[in-house]
Amino acid sequence: MDRNGANANGARERYEVQEHDVLVIGAGGAGLRAAVAAADNGLSVGIVTKSLLGKAHTVMAEGGIAAALGNVDSEDGWQTHFMDTMKSGKFINDWQMAEIFAKEAPQRVYELEQWGALFNRTDRGGISQRPFGAHTYRRLCHVGDRTGLELIRTMQEKVLTTESKVYMETTVTKLFKKDGRVVGALAYTRESGKFIYIKAKAVVMATGGWGRIFEVTSNSWEGTGDGVVLSYDAGADLVDMEMMQFHPTGMVWPPGVRGLLVTEGVRGEGGLLKNAEGERYMERYDPQRMELSSRDVVARANYTEVQEGRGTEHGGVALDITHLGYDNIIKKLPTMHEQFLKLADIDIAREPMEVFPTVHYTMGGVKVDPETCASSVPGLYAAGEVAGGLHGANRLGGNSLSDLLVFGRRAGEGASAYVLESTHSAGTDEREVETEIGRVLLPFENKAGTESPYLIQQELQSVMMEHANLMRTEDSLKEGLGKVLGLKDRLEGLRVQGSRLFNPGWHTAQDVRYLVQISEIILRTALERKERRGAQWRLDYDGPDEELGRVNFIVSKDGQGEIGIEPREIPPMPEHLSELFREKVVDSAGGERRGAESQF
Amino acid sequence: MDDRTADGGGLAPQAHANANGTAGENGKTTKLKIFRGDAEGGEEVEYELPMVEGMVVLDAVLNVQAEQAGDLAVRWNCKAAHCGSCSAEINGKPKLLCKTRMEEYDGEEIRVHPLKAFPVIKDLVSDVSWNYEVSRSMTPFTSDAQAPFTMYEEDVERLYEPKKCIECFMCQDVCHVLRTHNKHAEFAGPRFFVRAQWMEMHPMDNQNRLKYLHEERGGVGYCNITKCCTEVCPVGIKITDNAIIPLKERVADEYYDPAKWLMRKLRGNRNGARNGG
Ligand SMILES: Cc1cc2nc3c(=O)[nH]c(=O)nc-3n(C[C@H](O)[C@H](O)[C@H](O)COP(=O)(O)OP(=O)(O)OC[C@H]3O[C@@H](n4cnc5c(N)ncnc54)[C@H](O)[C@@H]3O)c2cc1C
Ligand code: SF4
Ligand code: SF4
Ligand code: FES
Repeated sequence: MDRNGANANGARERYEVQEHDVLVIGAGGAGLRAAVAAADNGLSVGIVTKSLLGKAHTVMAEGGIAAALGNVDSEDGWQTHFMDTMKSGKFINDWQMAEIFAKEAPQRVYELEQWGALFNRTDRGGISQRPFGAHTYRRLCHVGDRTGLELIRTMQEKVLTTESKVYMETTVTKLFKKDGRVVGALAYTRESGKFIYIKAKAVVMATGGWGRIFEVTSNSWEGTGDGVVLSYDAGADLVDMEMMQFHPTGMVWPPGVRGLLVTEGVRGEGGLLKNAEGERYMERYDPQRMELSSRDVVARANYTEVQEGRGTEHGGVALDITHLGYDNIIKKLPTMHEQFLKLADIDIAREPMEVFPTVHYTMGGVKVDPETCASSVPGLYAAGEVAGGLHGANRLGGNSLSDLLVFGRRAGEGASAYVLESTHSAGTDEREVETEIGRVLLPFENKAGTESPYLIQQELQSVMMEHANLMRTEDSLKEGLGKVLGLKDRLEGLRVQGSRLFNPGWHTAQDVRYLVQISEIILRTALERKERRGAQWRLDYDGPDEELGRVNFIVSKDGQGEIGIEPREIPPMPEHLSELFREKVVDSAGGERRGAESQF
Repeated sequence: MDDRTADGGGLAPQAHANANGTAGENGKTTKLKIFRGDAEGGEEVEYELPMVEGMVVLDAVLNVQAEQAGDLAVRWNCKAAHCGSCSAEINGKPKLLCKTRMEEYDGEEIRVHPLKAFPVIKDLVSDVSWNYEVSRSMTPFTSDAQAPFTMYEEDVERLYEPKKCIECFMCQDVCHVLRTHNKHAEFAGPRFFVRAQWMEMHPMDNQNRLKYLHEERGGVGYCNITKCCTEVCPVGIKITDNAIIPLKERVADEYYDPAKWLMRKLRGNRNGARNGG
């Protein structure tokens, strides 16, 4: 094999050149669905992924995929799904996205079934649906507790039937632009350490979230937010960056698994939350919806119980599903049963789990056009967790998987239409490629450098845990910002050793740049949103602020290369949507589910 | 490799407790040996690190990576035995590193190596891309019925087991047809028999993959039912009994009695939603 080695001593770097109509960055549900759409339009498609095919975060989703099929509760329909999504997002969601989403989700689920995905069934032979937090009706299509695996495997096998070229274990480090359009990217392949310059007429960003900025997270090493920073650097607008979702239930013990997700499916199947005193404390936080309240509410409840001294042995609360009985647990929650047994020596059919909030999902991201998923930069599209807008201030469980397919497809279609209409050519001045390669190789050559990328990452993670957690104050956010800026200065001193061949240290040196940049953006936007709304919970403000309820904070790189933040007015909902919220205050299911309920 | 430094490591930070931010209990430490090298060769290197309660081998490897050997290559994603990334060999047996506790080897030496049935790239990472080529060579699930399908829990129960596969490729690694006899060009391996089996069993699928399995790339005839694959499957798929043997039976039926195959297929399609077929 022709390996480049690490000695880029001024000599011209060799790199491979590839060209595609559409380059999809990311092989989770969103990227794969986008690739299928573009390939179906007869375009040449490249898919880049940091891991092997089938290993993206999507594979870890357990609970299910939300779509108003109405198979179990026939009253369900897109309107209720739309309303649940908006309410949960505290009305700062992009309502147009939410409408498209709720209407198209069922088609995307059926399409998965058409492509071979398996779902649990109702007695009448339809797809079964389970209840989940803050969904009015039973709405999550699932197969046991491994729905994400089913989704990604189905999409992966579908993609392999197309002509798309998949670049596995390959990482994009920069987007190139020409005449204001995105026209390609630089990537490197871990297997050889070699660079690939990929020319493309359009790019679909589908890189997932950035949970790795926190120490306790359900996210894997991949969740470093590369795509949001790459897009920001290319000039794209970002939205709702202050909104990070803390999942109420992550594992707490043993230390190695701290943060690992305990699916909401456990509560969906009837799991009870209790503090060390045995009290079912959700009674005090949301007596109506109890354990199935929205994630932000349950996460704060769990956090508060432990803060106030009612926590369990390892600093969590108890989640009890024993009453379901062994047989049902094995059938409905097999993965959870195995996970606790293997990793924590706990048989969840006999004893409760210990859980505590864990960083899980990023509501914010690249701002996109709802119809086409176009970003504010021509040629750049975004879908999935890296895009923002659909979920507003808090995401409903199960809404991500359907988001991936609905908007993954739309991004693929949007990018295809753009490519088919346009006559521009892919690629840029190759000097830019050389410059970028030089930048990526710097940590090898930085002889004076002393900073370990692993250590900077760990320090950053504890700063964010301390200062940007699920309860925030101005003083603490400011202190955190100071620390993050300190870390930013230290990035110049990064140094790595070894060769370019599959070198995680080198990779981490790229990641920390993203992590630090995103952390700064989050802290700055969290300082701007001076209220309590969904995932943004400011202890120094009493409640929601009406004015702020009408804006999103838009982030973009300003003329000086600094972070620019602008509050942008949310356009009023059109009549056919706003009237849904006026119709009735109490619906047939008996809850105060519409109208002026406690939205916060 | 041209420029690996003598210590073979990354830049170790000066003073830091450990990667998990939890100090080893009572200063207890543990040791493990990790293969360090690439396609051109390598050797085991021993590392000592703080022992943390409940630690899995992956925790130990990542601790070594963060503290002592920054360029140590290992694959992982979920840390929860869901994604199948972290397969490697511990003391010669394929294991998911994230699911194997250090305590399991109490008093024993722990030697971690990459999967052996595939070419090594570096350290614990081997080149498994061959599996994706095999996957591409199979006829995918195909149906002329229009979703939403009418199917029942009993269908789901049959399909659930082969669908659980997390593509860890440990069954591929342990199978002597690949590991010892290197029949990669003519043998798809147990993982893909599992895939073929769910597609063949799916009541809405209208393809026949038996020719592929028998005469083409599948090479199911090479399997002599040693059951080694079943033993290592981390999600408990009974690969031999529930995928390979039924496929072998169908191959026999098909080649001696095609009518039988058709019967099975039709019986599987219990609700008749498929048009023609
Ligand atoms: C444990 C867990 C359980 C969950 N359960 C549910 C659930 O039950 N229901 C639900 O709806 N949601 C769930 N979620 C959320 C949901 O799974 C994710 O939000 C979703 O899968 C994200 O998909 P994606 O396609 O946007 O990105 P991902 O699946 O995260 O994929 C991102 C892809 O981008 C690639 N990538 C990233 N950066 C680069 C780069 N620089 N260069 C090249 N490639 C890059 C990665 O390699 C990867 O292939 C869960 C999440 C977790 C972590
Ligand atoms: S049973 Fe067959 S496929 Fe499985 S390991 Fe033995 S020979 Fe290989
Ligand atoms: S069948 Fe089992 S051992 Fe084989 S790849 Fe799948 S999960 Fe791994
Ligand atoms: S890291 Fe996913 S299976 Fe081990």
